[in-house]
Amino acid sequence: MEPKLKAVHYLNQFFAQIGGEQMAGIKPLQKVGPVGPGLLFQQICGDDVEIVGTVVCGDNYFSENIQQATDGVLALIKGYEPDLVLAGPAFNAGRYGVACGAVCEAVTLRLKIPAITAMFGENPGVELYRKSLYIVETQATTLGMKDAAQKMAQLALRLARGEPPGSPAEAGYIARGIRRNFFASQTGAARAVEMLLRKLKGEPYTTEYPMPTFDRVEPLPPLEGLSEATIALITSGGIVPKGNPDHIESSSASRYGRYDIRGVMSLSPRTYETAHGGYDPTFANEDPHRVLPLDVVRDLEREGVIGGLYPYYYATVGNGTSVASAREFAREIAGDLVRDGVKAVLLSST
Amino acid sequence: MVLELGRIPIEDIDWGRETSVEGRTLQINRQELIEKIRGSDSRITSIMAELARPGESVRIIPVKDVVEPRVKVEGRGGMFPGLISGVETVGHGRTHVLDGCSVLTVGQIVGFQEGMIDMGGPGARYSSFSKLLNVALVIKVKEGISKHEHEEALRMAGLRAAVYLGEAGRRVKPAEVSRFEISAPSGLKPITSGLPRIAYLYMLLSQGLLHDSYLYGRDMKTVLPTFIMPTEVMDGAIVSGNCVSACDKNTTYHHQNNPVINELLKRDGRELHFVGTVVTNANVTLRDKERSSDYAVKLVEWLGVDGVIISKEGFGNPDADAMMYCAKLEERGIGATLLTDEFAGVDGGSQSLADTTPLANALVSVGNANEMIALPPMDRVIGDERIIEKMAGGQPASLSERGITAELQVIMGATNELGFEFLSSREE
Repeated sequence: MEPKLKAVHYLNQFFAQIGGEQMAGIKPLQKVGPVGPGLLFQQICGDDVEIVGTVVCGDNYFSENIQQATDGVLALIKGYEPDLVLAGPAFNAGRYGVACGAVCEAVTLRLKIPAITAMFGENPGVELYRKSLYIVETQATTLGMKDAAQKMAQLALRLARGEPPGSPAEAGYIARGIRRNFFASQTGAARAVEMLLRKLKGEPYTTEYPMPTFDRVEPLPPLEGLSEATIALITSGGIVPKGNPDHIESSSASRYGRYDIRGVMSLSPRTYETAHGGYDPTFANEDPHRVLPLDVVRDLEREGVIGGLYPYYYATVGNGTSVASAREFAREIAGDLVRDGVKAVLLSST
Repeated sequence: MVLELGRIPIEDIDWGRETSVEGRTLQINRQELIEKIRGSDSRITSIMAELARPGESVRIIPVKDVVEPRVKVEGRGGMFPGLISGVETVGHGRTHVLDGCSVLTVGQIVGFQEGMIDMGGPGARYSSFSKLLNVALVIKVKEGISKHEHEEALRMAGLRAAVYLGEAGRRVKPAEVSRFEISAPSGLKPITSGLPRIAYLYMLLSQGLLHDSYLYGRDMKTVLPTFIMPTEVMDGAIVSGNCVSACDKNTTYHHQNNPVINELLKRDGRELHFVGTVVTNANVTLRDKERSSDYAVKLVEWLGVDGVIISKEGFGNPDADAMMYCAKLEERGIGATLLTDEFAGVDGGSQSLADTTPLANALVSVGNANEMIALPPMDRVIGDERIIEKMAGGQPASLSERGITAELQVIMGATNELGFEFLSSREE
């Protein structure tokens, strides 16, 4: 028989049967073995898992000292050398939900073992932690205790054994917004025909990709005083110094480059090229200005139409590059530009 | 219009004295094959022909196109009209298929936009081409010719090879003959039959700059959306000229074996009425997208349909066309289902499409092309493995002694948007 997995359970003061609001200020402490809902877990998965310890923290202490509380709880958990961590369920208790989320996130990141919590869909902990954690969805009150405990135990066992978690619907956790590939039982074409037939008959069907909501950025009012403004050039069309010194990927870029153009009046095909893998590079390589119009911007600078050109240009590849990466690049680049007093950017794509 | 499609199962492939089908083995005279491929194309400087069988420890890279050998046995016209044979309308009579084998054109044109096929190991699961007996043609061309000429030289060489091999099936008795009778829309049972009337909207990538598809030899970006019979597609009326990410380019093989057409024909008259197919393009400019989507939706509406299946090719820019089709159809009360792949980032956490509309409410996802895969080294490489690092989906350190680590994007047809494969993606 395989040895039992060692688990630590995290609870607040109330579920650990220490006390109500008046005890919500207690600092992290530990109790040997299972307590309160931990007894239920022990009953459900006692053949496979042993709850070796319970770590408790008061909800107020946690929410007022998140960093210290997380560190303190984590140190106690680590002392047990567990294989997995369970936290809650927190149901609709907001401070408790956030604490469960913070503990599980820290366990996952720092101890690199699975950590599962559970809460009601509207608990503020869900919005904060659903992307980084598996959060089992519960009812709003302790009426949902047994159901939640069963799902948590099942999911924790799967993860501790290195098995895939299963879909949110079948495993009962709140969708994390993470897309994962799997092999379906029918081809895409067969699924498309069946989905359409159901749709036309008015039968229920589930789209395989629900439409996301886009960020929309309100444009700023037109720039005044162009003749005094410093302008910067940014391109997602992949124009880089020849040889692509930063190794920007031809698709799904994980990086961008910042290139010195002081004294560079035009881009020669001998010294610049495109790293972009989403279009035929022939014309961009013949004349890189087709993607990054440095030549005309230099003209405008000389004619006094613009105040001046920023001494660096930035380049990345916008070919299948994830929004998360693009947002990160933009945050860093915008930091440079704002710091250096750049008033406007010419952004060229392909 | 009636087409009989005779399938000649090919279960082994080998070099031999004469190119012929012996039992279930395709024997190929290597020298003659190479001569036929070269034709009179002076741009081609060398051709190497290699065989790759399912289960072998073989990696083929960089692959441009995949073509199935077929031969027109009876009826007007010939294979790949407008490019190899004349321009007569095809799609009736009889066609023989060497089922289970294919021709691969191999060679670096753009570098970024060719793909990879593993015949064994975990990568083989992602591509139907790993399950075929492949004749891989490594073709080199003259230094200094343009990429556009290079693309054309390889495209035509692949088609010539498929036609040459297909000839071997002309007099062979097929193991199975499917009969496809395509009726005019007016000849279909009226709506009272209770079966939904369904059309297929077939997007072909036509962005120019090496992202082109051909219909009867015509460059699709210059063609307004038009009707096509399913049997014409089976006879090679649509040919890929695409150098776009490997995972979601529709190769010529995919067109010849279009799975949406096959599914609709299979269910025609039982679960639905397959009323017709409209081919449309996916050009780069907004004006072209608006023109083509308006025009194609008009044709579909004119067929009097209840619903439409939309298939796609490529990602990013064509997402805009796909969303226009979904929106314009739904606004006219026609239900739409779209096949698309996803570019949700390596971690799967980003939005998957470059454009959206709330009216696109029935999507079939054929997988997240950004997901990472790790593939062990293979004993034999046909082509050049080092290209992986520049390929769309590869990274600077993709190639190591442990094999290849790259995005799924590098595998030919892995997220095919005609719905050829079983892969899907879901939220976890």
